[in-house]
Amino acid sequence: MIGDRLVCLGVESTAHTFGVALADEAGRILSDVRDVYIPPPGRGIHPREAAEHHGRCASKVLREALDKAGLRMDQVDVVAYSRGPGLGPPLRVGATLARSLAAFYGKPLVPVHHAIGHIEIGALTTGARDPLVILVSGGHTALAAFAGGRWRIFGETEDITLGNLLDMFAREAGLPPPGGVSVEKMAEKGRRLIDLPYTVKGNDVVYSGLLTAAVQRHRGGTRLSDLCFSLQEVAFAMLTEASERCLAHIGKGELLLTGGVAANRRLQGMLRSIAEEHGARFHVVDGRYSSDCGAQIAWTGILAYKAGLTIPLEESHVRSRWRLDEVDVPWR
Amino acid sequence: MKLIRKGAEADLYLHEWHGLQAIIKRRVRKKYRHRSLDLRIRRYRTVHEAQMIHEARKAGVPTPIVYEVDKDHFTIVMEYIPGMRVKELLESMDGEERRNLSHRIGGLIARLHKRNIIHGDLTTSNLIMAEPIRRNPEAGGEGMLFLIDFGLSYFSMELEDRGVDLHLLKRALNSSHFRVAGECYSHVISGYSEAIGEEYASKVLGKVEEIERRGRYALRSTP
Repeated sequence: MIGDRLVCLGVESTAHTFGVALADEAGRILSDVRDVYIPPPGRGIHPREAAEHHGRCASKVLREALDKAGLRMDQVDVVAYSRGPGLGPPLRVGATLARSLAAFYGKPLVPVHHAIGHIEIGALTTGARDPLVILVSGGHTALAAFAGGRWRIFGETEDITLGNLLDMFAREAGLPPPGGVSVEKMAEKGRRLIDLPYTVKGNDVVYSGLLTAAVQRHRGGTRLSDLCFSLQEVAFAMLTEASERCLAHIGKGELLLTGGVAANRRLQGMLRSIAEEHGARFHVVDGRYSSDCGAQIAWTGILAYKAGLTIPLEESHVRSRWRLDEVDVPWR
Repeated sequence: MKLIRKGAEADLYLHEWHGLQAIIKRRVRKKYRHRSLDLRIRRYRTVHEAQMIHEARKAGVPTPIVYEVDKDHFTIVMEYIPGMRVKELLESMDGEERRNLSHRIGGLIARLHKRNIIHGDLTTSNLIMAEPIRRNPEAGGEGMLFLIDFGLSYFSMELEDRGVDLHLLKRALNSSHFRVAGECYSHVISGYSEAIGEEYASKVLGKVEEIERRGRYALRSTP
């Protein structure tokens, strides 16, 4: 407690990032510390290596998060953890830490769905109330809106996520991680639009064909800056088209862009344009919390705990596959 | 010309065309899209949609009749179908009406698929129940069910593409009509199976499941 306000400690570990954050009931993020596993050049994430990384940095990240918030464990009221979806081995490291803290200090344990964390931190930092959510990250590319107690999926990727697309292309082109940032920087120097496949199916997008074509063009010697420029133009336009179709279908008055790729300026610009077109307010998650972080878990942990959601230790196993639209959200 | 709907990619106007009530569908410029990409997409979809509407009619699926296509102005002039979108009707119908309607929707999709046509954007917004909307026992007639919006349609022999079509409709039901989605979908499937054959339908449904399992909402390690 700080004064009479609940404090939640949140642990995030679905993929590359190991994060611990503290948040209070008033929606203040008191600290948000993370350490990111970076795979060797040219390689993707290896689940076991990510888990080993998380294990090594866990106690340091935890201590720093408490210190920065100026709190001791006995001032924490709730422990929340990212239960899934994500990679099993790294997820289990975070869950183990959260369980140990909850058991040792006698605190309630709260499971959080990682994607709902992205949505709630987006809503907290922008004031969005009932938006069409565009969730774009390494793990998700989904268009969702709230109805009947759950987030309903209106559109999504049918193969790889937008984050995957950018990461995999960057790796192939020898650009440093994080791939999305490298591609964005390189795209600024691009001018020429290269012909790449544009595939929208209803409100869904399909990115694997686009990746293959872009990689082939790269191997064929097409200028990298033009290719990055074109990849962004095509991939983002596809998602924006799907989003606009959703917006026209469900008629929400707000658009919320959240998740790691939300920081991309060009994507923001495209989505802002459709929001204006349909008279909807456009929100982008605070850049400090767009990527995976403890803050999204700590804040969602507060919301879930206040709605009465806790989990007994013996049932707290992680769920590496866990659909967003399976989760009841009683606090909305 | 009266603007009757601003859709996601096109504006729809109600207009008279040689004495007939017609819809003018104009694909508008999307400012977010790179200019040359935007032109390419609009031109292609305008011509393509008109062709696919024609193909769907040949397959026995009620669609509006195309009167005129102007690819330089990204415009299709077509028959106006007075009626209501299934989106607005589905949840207010009584149970039996809804089950019947779902069954008929499945039958329409099967007709397309038998002719290798994939609609590409099956939602309850793209189905129109023509007037009379209310079933009138004395007249014995039900409204005719029209399928519209063929801008994303294409020909395919693949099971996968048929699976995607059903998956899109199932998802549209689950998200927009979650109170009645399960019941509607199972009747869509029964109508589909009846028209296309049980054995073939079960293969397509296998694909739907596969598409749903395919790493959606879940991280996976990238190769």
